[in-house]
Amino acid sequence: MKSRGLFSRCGLILGLVFLYVPILSMIIFSFNNSRLVTVWDAAHSPTLKWYVALAANEQILRAAWLSIRIALVSSTGAVILGTLAGVALARFGAFRGRLLLAGMTTAPIVMPEVITGLSLLLLFVALQQLIGWPRGVGAVTITLAHITFCMAYVTVVVQSRLAGMDESLEEAAMDLGARPGRVFFRITLPLILPAIASGWLLAFTLSWDDLVITQFVAGPGSSTLPMVIFSKVRFGVTPDINALATILVLIVATGIAASTVWMRYQQRRRERDVLLAAAAN
Amino acid sequence: MLRIPQLSGRRVVAGIPILWLLILFLIPFIIVFRISLSEVRLAIPPYTPLFTWHHGSPSLQLHWSSYAFLFTDSLYVSSYLYSLKVAAISTLCCLLIGYPMAYAIAHASPASRSVLLMLIVLPFWTSFLLRVYAWIGLLKNNGVINNVLLWLGVIHEPLALLQTDFAVYIGIVYSYLPFMILPLYANLEKHDGALLEAAADLGARPMRAFLRITLPQSLAGILAGSLLVFIPAVGEYVIPTLLGRTDQLMIGRVLSDEFFENRDWPVASAVAILVLLLLVIPIMWFQRLERRELEEAK
Repeated sequence: MKSRGLFSRCGLILGLVFLYVPILSMIIFSFNNSRLVTVWDAAHSPTLKWYVALAANEQILRAAWLSIRIALVSSTGAVILGTLAGVALARFGAFRGRLLLAGMTTAPIVMPEVITGLSLLLLFVALQQLIGWPRGVGAVTITLAHITFCMAYVTVVVQSRLAGMDESLEEAAMDLGARPGRVFFRITLPLILPAIASGWLLAFTLSWDDLVITQFVAGPGSSTLPMVIFSKVRFGVTPDINALATILVLIVATGIAASTVWMRYQQRRRERDVLLAAAAN
Repeated sequence: MLRIPQLSGRRVVAGIPILWLLILFLIPFIIVFRISLSEVRLAIPPYTPLFTWHHGSPSLQLHWSSYAFLFTDSLYVSSYLYSLKVAAISTLCCLLIGYPMAYAIAHASPASRSVLLMLIVLPFWTSFLLRVYAWIGLLKNNGVINNVLLWLGVIHEPLALLQTDFAVYIGIVYSYLPFMILPLYANLEKHDGALLEAAADLGARPMRAFLRITLPQSLAGILAGSLLVFIPAVGEYVIPTLLGRTDQLMIGRVLSDEFFENRDWPVASAVAILVLLLLVIPIMWFQRLERRELEEAK
């Protein structure tokens, strides 16, 4: 037993090193003075010059702003549709179209992106011929595409949360005569709110990060941040991209740390409430 | 099960996502199939219509030329097979690296478990594109790995690491590792330790106990993780484009090039349909596993 525990633990440590070395190297070389990215210029480093260059790069800033707006709208849309689908799959039992819905919400998760991207663009082209909408490709078609593949993830998150949850509270409310809509908004929704929040964050990240599907459904003038990054790094490494990566990693790490602290705080408050309630009795 | 008297409300709740996905997920595949049966032409849109009107009645025009073209040109067949090979090898590597990691996390103390899981998922939240890009800096001829090896005296000339199969395997394993670890962990965590103890009491060696008890029990997790890596890896576009060979393309890149560079929509559609045909069985398999997992949680 002992030796196997040791083996898997070494594997875990090596695996974590493998996961984090590339990210760390990007962070370190973002402070490098040399344009040669991977050759450390000890005489003039560390420097912040790539961060300064980044702040003046209007193309990247414009693309980042577009990406943020698209991600905000698509993740919100994906959360609404994904929650509806998750509730239907977890709570409605057998209904007509259940298998269809279940299939259509898991398939996008594994579907190769080039296929999803191509099929969505061909749909938009066909729609435009038929009904004249959407007029050309751009931010609107990108958002529609993002909602579609993000909602699959939200559905899975919401559905598994509901599947692991006791139905007795909802049943009690029903027995007391509450209407289904009221039961949903007063009981189900507050209980699955954490799942919805993490689904929203996941959808936001996926939308913000997507390159392949976006490339198919984007038009001239609607370059998102990943598209700008890809066109830059295709032809080699550029130091300002390292700086950009460092900023993004920092934002994510801060966000995760903050949410962990917040969840700990909530947990402690709940425990205190339970203690107080017990003391009051 | 809840008995909701108002069926109409339920119909709306289930109907909206079904309608959305029908229009934006299912129907597009029908359109792709339809365009794969057209011929390319210089017009907007750049393919021939499916129906032409002959003396007031429609006649169906099916062209199988795109498919015939794909099967006769060795470029397409070889990139199709190459994609399968790369996806299979990367999935196996993911499994060999991910299994011990998932096992170690499942056997860690509950407090460190959540921290370790967070460490596994954290890279996933940072940009996929930038994480692949980071490997260019590591694998280049004058990159970090070559510099370290030269400095250590292990090698005397830089190794050609970038633009090789090896770089693509690294890129795929690196990007998809969390997708392998999480289902494996979810499976291993549920195992009952009593069985292993009983095996040890009966004198089974740890290796034998692992092969006869733990491994068979974790088969569902292995399958889910492998499918979650294999299916998207077959059509991977970004990783081989940034890290891979230039003389041998993967099928995702071929599709994209046919569409964007050659503007041949029918051939690009035919490539998509052939990849889909190949993946339809693994995808349905994955869905069945997923459904069973969710029903078990109930």
